[in-house]
Amino acid sequence: MTAFVLRRFGQAVLVMVLVAAAAFALFNYVGDPVNNLVGQEATFEDRQALRDRLGLNDPAPVQFARFMSNALTGEFGISYRMQRPVSDLLRERSPATVELVLASALFALILGIPLGVYTAIHREGVASRAILTLSLVGVSLPTFVIGIGLIYLFSVTLGWLPSFGRGETFAVGGWSTGLLTVSGLKAMILPAVTLGLFQMTFIQRLVRAEMIEVLGTDYIRTALAMGVPRARIHYVYALKNTLLPVMTVIGLKLGELVAFSIVTETVFQWPGLGLLFIQAVAFADIPVMAAYLMMVALVFVIINLAVDVLYAFVDPRLRSSEEEAL
Amino acid sequence: MTAATNVIAPKARLWRSYRRSPLALGASLVAAVFFFGALFAPWLAPQNPFDPVSLQLINSFFPPAWASGGNAIFLLGTDDQGRDMLSAILYGSRISLIVGVAAVAFAVTLGVSLGVLAGYAGGWTEVVLMRIADVQLTIPALLIALMVDGLARATLSPEIHDEIALYMLIFAIGIADWPQYARVVRAATLVQRQSGYVVQAKLIGSSAPSIVFGHVLPNVMTSVLVLATLGLALAIIAEATLSFLGVGMPPTTPSLGTLIRVGNDFLFSGEWWITLFPSLVLVLLALSVNLLGDWLRDALNPRLR
Repeated sequence: MTAFVLRRFGQAVLVMVLVAAAAFALFNYVGDPVNNLVGQEATFEDRQALRDRLGLNDPAPVQFARFMSNALTGEFGISYRMQRPVSDLLRERSPATVELVLASALFALILGIPLGVYTAIHREGVASRAILTLSLVGVSLPTFVIGIGLIYLFSVTLGWLPSFGRGETFAVGGWSTGLLTVSGLKAMILPAVTLGLFQMTFIQRLVRAEMIEVLGTDYIRTALAMGVPRARIHYVYALKNTLLPVMTVIGLKLGELVAFSIVTETVFQWPGLGLLFIQAVAFADIPVMAAYLMMVALVFVIINLAVDVLYAFVDPRLRSSEEEAL
Repeated sequence: MTAATNVIAPKARLWRSYRRSPLALGASLVAAVFFFGALFAPWLAPQNPFDPVSLQLINSFFPPAWASGGNAIFLLGTDDQGRDMLSAILYGSRISLIVGVAAVAFAVTLGVSLGVLAGYAGGWTEVVLMRIADVQLTIPALLIALMVDGLARATLSPEIHDEIALYMLIFAIGIADWPQYARVVRAATLVQRQSGYVVQAKLIGSSAPSIVFGHVLPNVMTSVLVLATLGLALAIIAEATLSFLGVGMPPTTPSLGTLIRVGNDFLFSGEWWITLFPSLVLVLLALSVNLLGDWLRDALNPRLR
């Protein structure tokens, strides 16, 4: 077990170093960082002075070492577009994205799991068929189309919910939260639903498939034969084994939520990391892109690692097969 | 079982399953209509939406023909520049489909070649290729495509970038998508490599390419076909998403995603048709391709049911 965790940890560190190398290459060799920092009128001497000051004339390994040590302390240089330290921007924008992603993950789980269980238990029911058809449509609906549709219905036509921004936010120890005000909560609904809908249909389908498989196993049949109440069989015996594989996938889907928050944040002008990143892409703001790349990679690596370790911890079968693979 | 039943029976079964599935029939009909419309857009469209001469500002913001204030010439209404929405959608879906099909073709070519290479060569080649695929699979395709596009923007001037936006999109979406094909093909190649007929082909001295093209590839193509169909829906959505985010096709040569992006600005002022119709076409297109892919997967692999 320890060897397995250590090996996975080593892999995670390796991936992060590779991503850092990619980010460093991006940072240093794509476009000319000096060109983006000085005005059109700067002389050759000005440029050389700046190159020296930024350390761009040092050998590449020295620069990479400096980049790494800076990155470890959360320092990613200065945004070309905003002319402000990238670390400040990341700190400002993170709370919005974290709250949005968690809210939509919660939405997807709270609706997805019960719907999946229901459609698995009542396989031939009319409601189940309707849910399944709708979820197929849901898979084909691009995130931004869902967002536009919700805005048109609930903001433009009905006027119930705001269509952009976070509403009023409160600063709690440097963390600006929108969860404590009514307008903040109202502003959260549409983006969270938009972002979570696809994952919700996905979780529903996954839970259904797993549950159907579990319901066909011998121990469920035995429990039925022994006269255990159906509710107990479904929600205690079957659900437990259903959620095991679901857990892995949900962990990985959390990473996908982070990626797709870019789209949702654009639709709703949600002032989070995704919006920051997409503006950076449009303006070729390399420091911000490099920082976002590293941050997202870190989130992904941590989630993957946590899921793998957790899974090996819960399911001994996986552990033994891993040890054989060694 | 003889070889003949192996080859012919699936085709007959496929055809029967197709005729009996109303969903597959409907989906292929809808998809065929869109493909036809996209293919023949220059002859079908009432107007050339890229030609500034044919656009007149006096025609701007006409609602659809059936709504009050609509104009019979502009069936689905016009946008802020007096562009006929029907024509814009026909041309737009043409670009969306070109990008989607080309991106999938690119991803399939890359994925199948690398998958066969990994499965057939084994050793370090396999380890390195599959590690790359694993790492890439954990990163959502959208992020990879965005990164590729961001890089292109940083290295190219805006004019050149707009000019090659189409190829950039195809490359960005395709490169983000190859690992899934490589994985399936590698797994299948490993199985095929052990099978009797490949071993026999080796024994009689067939060269590696002739074994790969003659024996291995034909046997993995059904799985690739299913993946590619589902991948096409995803690629069309990916293109639309990138264009909607403003990093895909430029507004001068709009795809469906660009049309939705532009129309989105007019949603609040009440011109709903500018964004609704491209959205509808996009969703129906993706849905019909998805349904076809789902059906194909079930029909080709009866064990899955």
